Amino acid sequence: MEILQHLMDGFLIAFEPLNLGLVILGVVVGLFIGAMPGLGSVNGVAILLPMTFLVPPTSAMIFLAAIYYGAMYGGAISSVMLGIPGASTAVATTFDGRPLALRGEADKALVAAALASFFGGTISILLFTGFAPPLASIALDFGDPEIFALMLLAFATFVGLGSDDIPKTIFSICIGLVFSAVGLDIMSGEPRLIFFDIIGFMSGINFLVLAIGIYGIGEMLWTIEKTDGDSMMSKAVVTVDRVLNNLKELGRTWKIAVSSSFLGFFVGILPAAGATPGSLMAYGVAKMTSKTPEDFGKGEVAGVVAPEAANNAASTGSMLPMLTLGIPGSPTTAILLGGMVIWGLVPGPLLFVEQTEFVWGLIASLYAANLFAVLINIVFIPAFLWMLKMPFTILAPLIFVLSLVGGYAPTQKMHDVWLMLLFGAGGYLLRKLDYPLAPAVLAIVLGPIAEPALRQSLLIANGDPMVFINRPIAGPITIIALILILLPLAKAIRNRFRKAG
Amino acid sequence: MRRAEIITAALMALFSIYLMVKSAELPIGWIEDEGPGGGAFSFWLAAVMLLCCVWIAFNWFRRKSPQSVSSEPYMDSTARKKFLLVGGGVTAMIALVHFVGMYGAILVFLIYYIRFLGRHAWSTTMLISVSAPIVTFFFFDVAMRIVLPKGYLEPLFLPLYDIFL
Amino acid sequence: MAKTRRYLLGLAAAVALGSVASFTLPGTATAAWEPKKPVEFVIMAGKGGGADKMARLMQTVIEKNGWSAKPLTPINKPGGSGAEALVHLKDKAKSDPNHTIMVTLNSFYTTPLRQPKLGVDIETFTPVARMAEDTFLLWVHKDSGIKDVDDFVKAAKAAGDGWIMAGTGKLQEDQLLTDFLNAAYDLKMKYVPYKGGGKVAKQLAGKHANSTVNNPSEQEGFYAAGTTVPLAAFTPKRLEMFPDAPTFGELGNEFVYFMQRSVVGAPGMSDEAAAYYQGLFQKVFESSEWQDYRKKKSLQGEFLTGTALKDYWLKEREIHKQMLAKMGAL
Repeated sequence: MEILQHLMDGFLIAFEPLNLGLVILGVVVGLFIGAMPGLGSVNGVAILLPMTFLVPPTSAMIFLAAIYYGAMYGGAISSVMLGIPGASTAVATTFDGRPLALRGEADKALVAAALASFFGGTISILLFTGFAPPLASIALDFGDPEIFALMLLAFATFVGLGSDDIPKTIFSICIGLVFSAVGLDIMSGEPRLIFFDIIGFMSGINFLVLAIGIYGIGEMLWTIEKTDGDSMMSKAVVTVDRVLNNLKELGRTWKIAVSSSFLGFFVGILPAAGATPGSLMAYGVAKMTSKTPEDFGKGEVAGVVAPEAANNAASTGSMLPMLTLGIPGSPTTAILLGGMVIWGLVPGPLLFVEQTEFVWGLIASLYAANLFAVLINIVFIPAFLWMLKMPFTILAPLIFVLSLVGGYAPTQKMHDVWLMLLFGAGGYLLRKLDYPLAPAVLAIVLGPIAEPALRQSLLIANGDPMVFINRPIAGPITIIALILILLPLAKAIRNRFRKAG
Repeated sequence: MRRAEIITAALMALFSIYLMVKSAELPIGWIEDEGPGGGAFSFWLAAVMLLCCVWIAFNWFRRKSPQSVSSEPYMDSTARKKFLLVGGGVTAMIALVHFVGMYGAILVFLIYYIRFLGRHAWSTTMLISVSAPIVTFFFFDVAMRIVLPKGYLEPLFLPLYDIFL
Repeated sequence: MAKTRRYLLGLAAAVALGSVASFTLPGTATAAWEPKKPVEFVIMAGKGGGADKMARLMQTVIEKNGWSAKPLTPINKPGGSGAEALVHLKDKAKSDPNHTIMVTLNSFYTTPLRQPKLGVDIETFTPVARMAEDTFLLWVHKDSGIKDVDDFVKAAKAAGDGWIMAGTGKLQEDQLLTDFLNAAYDLKMKYVPYKGGGKVAKQLAGKHANSTVNNPSEQEGFYAAGTTVPLAAFTPKRLEMFPDAPTFGELGNEFVYFMQRSVVGAPGMSDEAAAYYQGLFQKVFESSEWQDYRKKKSLQGEFLTGTALKDYWLKEREIHKQMLAKMGAL
């Protein structure tokens, strides 16, 4: 019951007028930053970090955590409304959120995203409150082989994301992985795949450049070709009946929301993994366990619920190793860690003992941030829907402008903007021939985690690949992943033989 | 469409070969007691890409994929026109950033698109084209402290920095 | 239209202010140089690393005290071990050298040495300030039972190349130190590179590696909890924070190695601008926040600027050149 006492004390801190005000402000700011393609929670937290010197550390941390939460909610808005994933964590949300919006059901997608985020956030904070210290030790047990096995599992969920054209799907995965290898190879210390010796490739190809290129430019060109200048979206009308119907439909996805929240949280606490693999895996699992997997990718609400519940759960999860071990589980928590250093707080196993006020104030404010994020988000939904009513010939150029600015902002290099245009044009031309592009986007996110983990594992194991099978945690994960990858392939081949026979 | 399918496959095959060559600048084999070399990951994946292109060509040859039997044109004249007008406009916008900066480029592009492609009234055009860069300035330069490029228009912004930053 | 009006108002105000300024200017003709636009604050490393944390602390101190008329806008350019950042600064020499400064570390020496194609000569860069020198220690996990360097050598010898030393990146500082240990104590430790000191520290705490050569700030959380133990320091004197860890000099294998934390300006920066940034960072150095941070993280190295800093760079570059040559990396 000590935990409850701590939590009560925490709530008293979180609900001090200053802190509560900061939570609300942070959520609103985060929501807008997250909704902007190209900017995600990392940018929001990094940029506002120096502003937090105005308030005491606990309040500053609460503010930044609120921005983090707000941005996680906001990411879904860009995915649904513009079809551009605002951050890597929201990639999976586009798969079904976008088709829903095109069908005139943007309201359903947005409400689903908001409520699922709330659900994921709540479950993960409860887990956080109850089990932070023991979970931290699990995070430490994850070495390179375990991380690689986990990435393999994430890749397994790709299978089925592509089109029916197997060679084109594999092509797409591979090209994404090759692009993810561009830049400095940390294992050998050598630059690699520096095309035409252009210095801009030294820092690799940013996920956002590919994602905004493909979704913000390529997809837009494709839509413009397919429509005659008129809006391609049927307009959403908000009525009480509709809202009730939507809620009823959402109610049916609660099982997916629960399993995705747990999955997201556990993937989130693993260092290096973070929220993106968590949301992808949740999407994959939701599709695999669904009775109607063929509806996924065409506007299935569960396909919005799963990644959104998971990415919010994971973002809370990734704070756990940061606070208890001083290991950031995601880029955003890395910045938060920097903030704690500036405020003179030493993250680590002793933080929970020595800085109880800080830790429990933060945990309580996570509850508050989550609650306010869902309320504020729902209040803004009509405004976002209104945006969709703009004539397409105005919305389209604005999306191009957002892509331009969003492609520039993360790295502030024109090199990335040109690259984005190239990916956009290439993506458009390939899209016309039914090359699926989502697998390439996912591959460029997971590649930079998977490849070093693979090589570090092999280096430690003297090049013995059995390291992925004979370790107690890595083994089962690897085997499950391999089964999941090979099963559909085997099925496809069998079907082909049957057809031929 | 049928012709586009095989041409694209051929181009992608060439690109795969280029990637393989480029990857081979680093060791691509298995280093004893260490595992794969620095270029191995991308080399072998590019090799798989090449195989996929061959596979696509094979399907094309056997007329197995929908694209290889489609007689629809890959791009008809309206599609080509749209692609050039819109894609060209975006390209020009990015090129303009180098000269008149982000804000100038956005202004010109929006006027071009909304007025000349969208055929909206001048009042609508100007309202959106002028307010978009202003909102962007306050969001990025002022609030987010992300300074967007200004090109040759930089002197115009110095007094704004004095006021807002 | 409201937005347009606001814009016009702003413009009018700007013009008005500008004319006022031009009237008052003659009176303050001797006024020192000040930045006219936001100052680009390039960080030669990725987000969340040691250099990044320090850069953001410096920025925070400056903003908190309102010492800069225009904000510093941090940009991370970790590409190619800082190659991208160096070239970026070099290119600024032609366009606008007065509004770009950079936080650097030792890759400032090693990257141009290893990649001569970049055409970067650090001698041309404008020295602003050396803010600190970070220290390195040899760390092991508490459960290994290793108490001192003798135990360490015994255990590492027995394990041969099964002994895992985790470090940050190939041919980076950590490997220089590992190579030294291998040579000095006749060991065959296997060096496994990771991205960033935080990840390295975690490998040790999770027992995925046997030892590391982390900075104090990277290990302090685990050290405070008693998970990891420092065995010896690569410093001339024992560190206050770790009185039980002897220096390698005391153990008869003198080896001193520091990581510089400096601020450098673009080549071709005007003398007035350089003086401005030197003054600014001297103030940061003397601030209580920075001094406090130095103490907590066991940072060494006094404030250096101007030619003294340049001489220090040239000396260090020579040392690194020899080290890299010994490793066969040139």
